[in-house]
Amino acid sequence: MQGVIDFLVSLNIPYVNASVARYIVLQVLAAIVAVAAPAGLIILTWLERKIIARIQDRLGPNRAGPFGLLQAIADMVKMFTKEDITPAKADRLVYNIAPGLGMFAAIMAFAVIPFAPGFAGTQMNVGLLYIVAIGGLGTLAILMAGWASNNKYALLGAFRAVAMLLTYEIPMVMTLVMVAVVAGSMSMVDVVEAQSGMWFVVSMPVAFLIFFLSGVAEVGRSPFDLVEAESEIIAGFHTEYSGIKFGMIMIAEYVHMFALSFFTAVLFLGGWQIPFIDVAALPAPFAAILGLISLLVKVFFFVFVMMWLRGTLPRFRIDHLLDFGWKFLVPLTLVLLIGVAFVIRLFAPGSSVGIPVAAGPLSGLGMPGQVVALLVTNLLVLGLALVVVSSAARRTRSKALRAVSAVDSPVPTAGK
Amino acid sequence: MLKEFEFVGLLGAITFTIPFVTLLLAWLLRPKKPNPAKQETYESGVQTIGDTWVRFKAQYYIYALIFVVFDIEAVFLFPFAVALNQLPLYALVWAIVFILLLFDGLLYAWRKGALHWT
Repeated sequence: MQGVIDFLVSLNIPYVNASVARYIVLQVLAAIVAVAAPAGLIILTWLERKIIARIQDRLGPNRAGPFGLLQAIADMVKMFTKEDITPAKADRLVYNIAPGLGMFAAIMAFAVIPFAPGFAGTQMNVGLLYIVAIGGLGTLAILMAGWASNNKYALLGAFRAVAMLLTYEIPMVMTLVMVAVVAGSMSMVDVVEAQSGMWFVVSMPVAFLIFFLSGVAEVGRSPFDLVEAESEIIAGFHTEYSGIKFGMIMIAEYVHMFALSFFTAVLFLGGWQIPFIDVAALPAPFAAILGLISLLVKVFFFVFVMMWLRGTLPRFRIDHLLDFGWKFLVPLTLVLLIGVAFVIRLFAPGSSVGIPVAAGPLSGLGMPGQVVALLVTNLLVLGLALVVVSSAARRTRSKALRAVSAVDSPVPTAGK
Repeated sequence: MLKEFEFVGLLGAITFTIPFVTLLLAWLLRPKKPNPAKQETYESGVQTIGDTWVRFKAQYYIYALIFVVFDIEAVFLFPFAVALNQLPLYALVWAIVFILLLFDGLLYAWRKGALHWT
């Protein structure tokens, strides 16, 4: 980004000094992000329909354009030209704001993503908190849509959405805290740079899995799509939406899913890093292009995984879903957080800034030791959790079996 | 400090206009023929009975209450997480005590049946 700014200044256009050039570059980047994120919808819907179709042994869209590539554009034209019905009983103002707010929240999530070395819109030092905050805005849009529709199914869908999003936000925030602990910073740029030695997915596989799972739940996609379970509550919170407002809700959902893939790639798969190549050290244009390509490959991998999940798994029931969140993921992440913080403190290099702090007792082992210790901690905590859960499950199952057999066959010895 | 939010502001300004442009375009293109039957509340063809905005299942609110506790915890944990490398060991011990206290709160809610979906 600095290179582009220098280039603009070197053109010697009147009034374009360094700060004006910086402002222009930022504005252009913002425009690209704001347009590209919803435009990614075109490729995402096509991908989703093709992949789901292949999983279900169908062909998917193949009439509009080559390989059905123009299908999404045809859909969009249809959305724009359909009549927009507002139910007479709806709360009109809130009903109309909700889809726009959802879209706004989804696109704004892209503000903190570092796209390539040096190409980040902002180095905001509270990047991780920003993700959580913007995610909360999306939840608010869903609740507004469900409430303002004045439809029982929509309200039920909205309540389910909020219960689910709240439940899965806690494990998500806890994994973000773990990332902040290991990276030593909350800025997304610093998080990517902290992964130059080893991606966090290698050192913290369990945290990564929890983040991705709760992320999928936050987006409200299968198998967590009981927010819009067709077989139970029509279409959930967007039952009453039609025409372009329905389209905007769809755009928000897809952009949100895209954003989640970006977050996962940046936080756990090293963002624009490529293994064994120091991307940041390459000459400027190559670094930017290679970095962006590397990031997009990772992003589309996660997009594919999400579609794969949708094609494979059935829907959760709400009590199972909440139990899984509160009784498994939350305790697991709390224990994992303690473990990770402990390991990081043991390997801390110490500091002489302000109050001098002694180095951790294991700081001599350096980076490889830290990675191994984190990995072992992760696996140990997961193993412990699985043992506890399976023994608890065995206990409830045998209790249930005993209850059933007591009803079915009276104790045989009782009669004799 | 404020410079870091410049980009968020610029992106916000552009993003803010997108829904308006979309709605305006659709308003120009779409047909407008409302009638009372169309504007009824959709319940798969059945007439809706009673009010929607009634008292709702309390369980949802209990989950929300527990969530607030943990969300506030996160606010306290983030500064600790960032500063961990510059903190002496006893700071870590106190952070762990803090997390365990919250864990205890979760267990209490669990035992009280707050996490039980009826």
